Amino acid sequence: MAFLEIQNACKVYPGRGGQRYEALRDVNLSVREGEFVTLIGHSGCGKSTVLNMVAGLGLATSGRVTVDGRPVTGPGPERMVVFQNHALLPWLTVRQNIALAVDAVHRSLGTAERAELVEEHLQLVGLGAAADRKPGQISGGMRQRVGIARALAVRPQVLLLDEPFGALDALTRGRLQEELLRIWEAHRITVLMITHDVDEALLLSDRIVLMTNGPAATVGEIVEVPFAHPRRRGEVIDSPPYYQLRNQILHFLYERYANPIAG
Amino acid sequence: MTATRDRATVSPSRPLSATAEKQLPPAWFGRVEAVLYPTLAIVAVGAAWEALAGGGLTGQLPAPSRVFADVQPLVRGFFNNDENDKGVFWQLAASLGRVALGYSLAAVVGVSLGILVGALRPLRLAFDPLFQVLRTIPPLAWLPIALATVSQANPSAIFVIFITAIWPILINTAVGVRQTPQDYRNVAAVLNLSKTAYFFKILLPSAASYIFTGLRIAIGLAWLAIVAAEMLTGGVGIGFFIWDGYNSSRMADILFALVIVGAVGFLLDRLVLWAGRVLVAAE
Repeated sequence: MAFLEIQNACKVYPGRGGQRYEALRDVNLSVREGEFVTLIGHSGCGKSTVLNMVAGLGLATSGRVTVDGRPVTGPGPERMVVFQNHALLPWLTVRQNIALAVDAVHRSLGTAERAELVEEHLQLVGLGAAADRKPGQISGGMRQRVGIARALAVRPQVLLLDEPFGALDALTRGRLQEELLRIWEAHRITVLMITHDVDEALLLSDRIVLMTNGPAATVGEIVEVPFAHPRRRGEVIDSPPYYQLRNQILHFLYERYANPIAG
Repeated sequence: MTATRDRATVSPSRPLSATAEKQLPPAWFGRVEAVLYPTLAIVAVGAAWEALAGGGLTGQLPAPSRVFADVQPLVRGFFNNDENDKGVFWQLAASLGRVALGYSLAAVVGVSLGILVGALRPLRLAFDPLFQVLRTIPPLAWLPIALATVSQANPSAIFVIFITAIWPILINTAVGVRQTPQDYRNVAAVLNLSKTAYFFKILLPSAASYIFTGLRIAIGLAWLAIVAAEMLTGGVGIGFFIWDGYNSSRMADILFALVIVGAVGFLLDRLVLWAGRVLVAAE
């Protein structure tokens, strides 16, 4: 059994007047330990629903989701989430936000060890200088870095990223992608990430999962990304398979499973 | 002919050598304006009132000049503490004391109940209709009920303050608790945050600005209510002072008291606003 296993997972929402909305049908996915997997698909195709099933924030209505052999029955720090809207507490400083997570999860560690853990992750994302500022006083890119630091400080088994760079401008996004890549290559944690950005998926992932459109969305195709680690963006985009893979994904999204424009 | 027409000509109304820069008023003028204009407005209103009173058009209401002369004894006796002739200061102190007591009780009960009602859906559904009806009852309408129950003026007045102030505090607190953003709840869920940590680190800070809005509305209502309640209950208090002034046809007393009541109400509001700014972290 793989480290993260999703078997025949379905999600049905009960609607008003007996109308059921089937968001996902028979989603199957196996993720090996230490693998970086990305989910791509149109808005409303259920990517976040899949992530929430693994996070435990919205359970599958049928099927099984297991992490390290244990079924997912609710949220937990071993499947920590980096939210799209950073979800930092605005009344706490950067350091206090990370410390909140560390204190909640690493209860057996002493005060000094926990402080060290917070400091280590502040340095990891390059926020040592801004540690005592509040989220309102730092940029969007820095806030997402805090979110990533907080998630990693918890030392999760699976890191779940819900369009973590979606709210940022393109240049900041590019920088943070490279930072995430560097961190992941050093720690090799299991990652499931949602994105809209094909280039981001190709740069970061080992495998890209292409979802079909809702309702009853499912896994359409899985693309293997062959680039060797350590990856550098310049080399990756120059590799011959890059544009072939990119075009394959774009064909899937815009031709085979194009999202009809809502009327 | 057309040749001269085609050439663009600049025809300044004054020679270009004159300064073309528009003169901006100096920075301090804005602050002077903020003080000067209201002062002019007050002087204008005062002058109009003086004129109308001089022409006998203001009924029993005396002219400002007369008022100013008549209140001199009050100003001199501001801190009088005789049994039968308490200075305005002591009347105010009595009123403020009642407000302090009633408002503090309302704050404690209002915030506690507000958190419970906001957080627990069954409680909210159970009590919301009741609260919505009770909060529309005018403060003074509670006075007969209170007097009938305790038969004493002072506790009744304090109860009127309490019942006036509690509704904005309770309702705003409940709304603030309900509005805890889903993102923060998700963070707490994923981190398996303990109930205590969730309460003090997420729920309370998130609801804080709503709570202080409720507190600020409540202090204004409480101050209005005490003046009205004291007119009915008598004893020592600024409301009673106003009513007594009316019964003795001392209009100057009333006007003097009104100005002070307005000023104190303004200060109370600022006090709660300042407290809110200090205690609630800026986002």
